[in-house]
Amino acid sequence: MADGDGAAAPGKLTELSIGGEKGLLRKGKASSGRTLNTAQIPLVASHPEVYEPCDDSFALVDALLSDKAQLLTLQPRLCMEVGCGSGYVITSLAIMLRQLGSGTQYLATDINQHAAKTTQATLEAHGVHADVIVTDIVSGLDKGLAGMVDVVVVNPPYVPTPQEEIGCKGIASSWAGGLNGRQVIDRILPAVREILSERGWLYMVALEDNDPLDICHLMSEVGYASRVVLKRCTEEESLFVLKFWQDPHAGTHASPKYSGSESWFSQLPFRSLWHKGS
Amino acid sequence: MRLLTHNMLASNVRGATTGYPLKLEASNWCTKEVELNADFIRGLLPKIDWRALVAATRALGLPDLLPDEQPPEEEIFAKGAADVEGSAIRRIHHALLEIHVQQGSLTCPDTNRSFPIDKGIPNMMLHEDEV
Ligand SMILES: C[S@@+](CC[C@H](N)C(=O)[O-])C[C@H]1O[C@@H](n2cnc3c(N)ncnc32)[C@H](O)[C@@H]1O
Repeated sequence: MADGDGAAAPGKLTELSIGGEKGLLRKGKASSGRTLNTAQIPLVASHPEVYEPCDDSFALVDALLSDKAQLLTLQPRLCMEVGCGSGYVITSLAIMLRQLGSGTQYLATDINQHAAKTTQATLEAHGVHADVIVTDIVSGLDKGLAGMVDVVVVNPPYVPTPQEEIGCKGIASSWAGGLNGRQVIDRILPAVREILSERGWLYMVALEDNDPLDICHLMSEVGYASRVVLKRCTEEESLFVLKFWQDPHAGTHASPKYSGSESWFSQLPFRSLWHKGS
Repeated sequence: MRLLTHNMLASNVRGATTGYPLKLEASNWCTKEVELNADFIRGLLPKIDWRALVAATRALGLPDLLPDEQPPEEEIFAKGAADVEGSAIRRIHHALLEIHVQQGSLTCPDTNRSFPIDKGIPNMMLHEDEV
């Protein structure tokens, strides 16, 4: 890894990432002077009702970093984050792809207007730009952006909670995911498929509890291949970053057999792991 | 919010047929220079609703920035056009990427529901009884 900063402390994470950069530049690394690849925590804005960058945010950014070369080759025209919170992820993506200049433009949505403002401040503090919109998932943009977005990143509210907690005002809506933590995820996926371009990629965080294998199956039935870009176990949860892309053969694969998390993990990439260009 | 985003945005309020284009009103907007990328514009232009873009520029009080009809592609992407002050591609680039609406509103053409733009951020959230 060209940017490997071997001395960075991995913190309390048990690192199991597949080819991901470890928790770099998180705390107190702002002044190292080298070319920065991610948003810097001291410059990330905050608000009491906005989700602070956490293990899941770092996992998503690390997954994007591990795919940086592919992302640069893809030269995405439009990139979008759904549920941008503090703006840490979309800002990091814009920094990572900075060399693509104005050939790549960024959009971000959040249902929480404080999050939208916080994201705006984080972007500004890093000298990058995204148009930020307060909306439910991509409501209002689905038709205009149909088939146009090349990269979508999502760290959804995925924590299993009682259904009533979903969409509550305030900070709870940043994690409350309803039954199996899937209620918001299951609305995000079809909405994102609308706006993804034919060559588009979706990166999404999911928890073991969300049944990532099932998510991959559902996506494969509608023509998307998938791969696990990163898996990370923290003290509280097993986090995955899944990547999806259109593959005309995706629905025709024999289903991998599910027999416990060890083996599903090894089977999940189907043949996609070796698939071209992803 | 830039006019690129305005061009993609529609109202999803109950009762709207297309909800598009949203009528733009701006009490405050600014411009920020961005490097012109002809490939970006070439890729995007087929997806741009020209009339909506023109209407948005005129709503900002820029009657002469863009013509009623989209100029032919040969003209827009003519060799060297990007270096010519006032060329079609420069104007399109300016309209799509350099104008930032800070304060104002977006109004649904079908229902007149108005969505505020505050500090550059449009708020498209609907109340429960509007979905
Ligand atoms: C787990 S947080 C992630 C925040 C940030 N992307 C990060 O990684 O640090 C989930 C975010 O999604 C937002 N959100 C929840 N439901 C949403 C919805 N229906 N549409 C858009 N955003 C939503 C929350 O407000 C919150 O900011």
